[in-house]
Amino acid sequence: MTSSTLIKSFERAKEDNRAALLTYTVGGDPDKKTSLNIFKSIADSGVDIIECGLGHGANIGDGGAIQDSTYRALSNGIKTNDIFEIIEEFKKDYETDVIIMTYQNKIMAYGEDDFLKRCISSKVSGIICVDWPWPLNLDFAKKCKENSIVFIQLLCPTTNEDRLKSILNDAHEVVYYISMLSTTGQKLKVSSDEIKKRFNLIKKISPHKKCIIGFGITADTINDFKDTDACVVGSALCREITRSIDEELNPATNVGNMVSDLKQKLSS
Amino acid sequence: MKLEKGIPLIDQHDENGYWGGKFGGNQIAESLNYPIEELTREFEKLRNDETFISERDYYFKNFVGAPTPFIKLENLTKHLGGAQIYCKLVSKATGGAHKAYNAVVHSLICKRLGKTYIGGDTGAGYAGKMLSMAAAKFNLKCKIFMGAKDVERQSINVFSMRSYGAEVIPVNSGSQTLVDAVSECMRWWTSENEEAHMCVGSTVGPTIFVKICAWSTAQISREMKKQVMDEFGEVPKDMKLINCVGGGSSAAGFWNEWIDYDNIELIGVEAGGPEGSSKHAAPLTNDSRIGVLHGATQYVIQDDQGEIEETESISAGLDYPGVSPLHCFLKETGRARYTSASDEEALEAFQLVSKNEGFVSPSLEPSHAFAEAIKIAPKLSKDTIIVVDSCGDSAKDSKIIAERLGYKI
Repeated sequence: MTSSTLIKSFERAKEDNRAALLTYTVGGDPDKKTSLNIFKSIADSGVDIIECGLGHGANIGDGGAIQDSTYRALSNGIKTNDIFEIIEEFKKDYETDVIIMTYQNKIMAYGEDDFLKRCISSKVSGIICVDWPWPLNLDFAKKCKENSIVFIQLLCPTTNEDRLKSILNDAHEVVYYISMLSTTGQKLKVSSDEIKKRFNLIKKISPHKKCIIGFGITADTINDFKDTDACVVGSALCREITRSIDEELNPATNVGNMVSDLKQKLSS
Repeated sequence: MKLEKGIPLIDQHDENGYWGGKFGGNQIAESLNYPIEELTREFEKLRNDETFISERDYYFKNFVGAPTPFIKLENLTKHLGGAQIYCKLVSKATGGAHKAYNAVVHSLICKRLGKTYIGGDTGAGYAGKMLSMAAAKFNLKCKIFMGAKDVERQSINVFSMRSYGAEVIPVNSGSQTLVDAVSECMRWWTSENEEAHMCVGSTVGPTIFVKICAWSTAQISREMKKQVMDEFGEVPKDMKLINCVGGGSSAAGFWNEWIDYDNIELIGVEAGGPEGSSKHAAPLTNDSRIGVLHGATQYVIQDDQGEIEETESISAGLDYPGVSPLHCFLKETGRARYTSASDEEALEAFQLVSKNEGFVSPSLEPSHAFAEAIKIAPKLSKDTIIVVDSCGDSAKDSKIIAERLGYKI
């Protein structure tokens, strides 16, 4: 799989006159088999791109819901290789793009080159690394590009215009805009209009780069972002997994239903 | 990797914030880039601002109580035989530990930044206690993140924090100790950085926090240098400076002025944990793998998956799986030597020092440093000067120590 497939996922959504829908769940939550079923169910429900968390216990960016998912996966003994195996298995039956979201220490511990090799063999399309900011990530980003994996640079409301331009200049074809200053899963504390204003600025600087919007987006607000490139819902899904486990329900079915609802709201 | 002479240790990093091109850095979420740049600019300005320096010195002298005593431990020296043992009694600083220096400086910076809200992490509770103390003095709203396990075992300091009006947030994730408190504090700052300032309680975290903390604790060696000259009339030819190392803020400050003196040996003592336990908190002593923790590259106790491993120490203040990039740098350049002491050795040292010296009652953290002094002193000549930094007072540990020694209090 090469990065061109990732771009196609955005383009297909654009043809439907909507933003692409991305979901974030933690790989291996609560176990390998269920996690794979969740991915399949999400894909069957019409997601465009799956963002798979390779969770890290000492993370500095995750809110409570994602921390719970991470903790569950880690305490069930999920290892980095398990995440790759889940993705590999998923990709045998599905074309849906998968990107990995993780923290630098996970990549370091695995070894940068080995990590990339395993991304290629399991058909991962892109990597987001929360605590590996520009420009420190440029060498690794270059290695990703050489292997047709999109390294997705992060931008946020306080990234000033000079830095924004520099990051966009170095960025691959997809970037991620953190819509507000917070950890994941907090209530949206800026208006959808403000977020879109910033999104438009990014698009003005780099019209051809696809920009994913994440943080604080829920079923209530997702329709506001219909005319952007893409948006992510994560914590709400992780919470649904937690609820399903607590109530002994099927997380794959329930998360799938939620994704169908999000897709429908994004399309209406 | 090379240590430069004549350049402060805190400034020996490259443009990306790495000491020796390898340790430290700013491996942070993009959302923290702006506040860290802002803080870096402000600190570089303030450290050259004479008004700010006078203000700092005023509070260090009149509120923290600088200089703290430099005393000879006559009885302990006699008891052990061998080297002459001295002590820098930093535990006499207001609040009972060196953490007051960093807390005062961060509070002053917070005000200069025009912010009225400050948050910080704490392990043993000293960093939190001192930050709460300073926040009360400087009229800052204060929030302290503390592992739930530490809230329990350091309840005396928690009581102090609450008395000073701080909100103490017990952190229930992971091992419920300092590592989780720092993670949670950084998450909080990610959300609140427009209004709030963050104080990292030790020489860990992104580069600027390492620098501010070590710049603040450097007061210890600045004043001690004068005391050493008064005592000996010159810098002793054979002197060893022993300090415990958890995050490493106290050792960084105790050694700062002495780094260019090659004849002075710097010995860092990490937490070896209970005897026979593999859950030590000694990443330098045991050559742990290099990893990224809390925004900086350092030696970290971790498994092959990059997951931080649980550590165990009788001393909450040393119970941290990573260690300051400054100490990683001092280790790699061979300037400092690192070793560890077990819980049991620290407890024995606490008893021996307290019994012999009375006026010195080290908390469990510096008891680790005393354990090393007790180990090596008898083998050394009387011309050797050992100085131990007694950086914390045992009052906060009375519950733990009494329990271990079978007393009821």
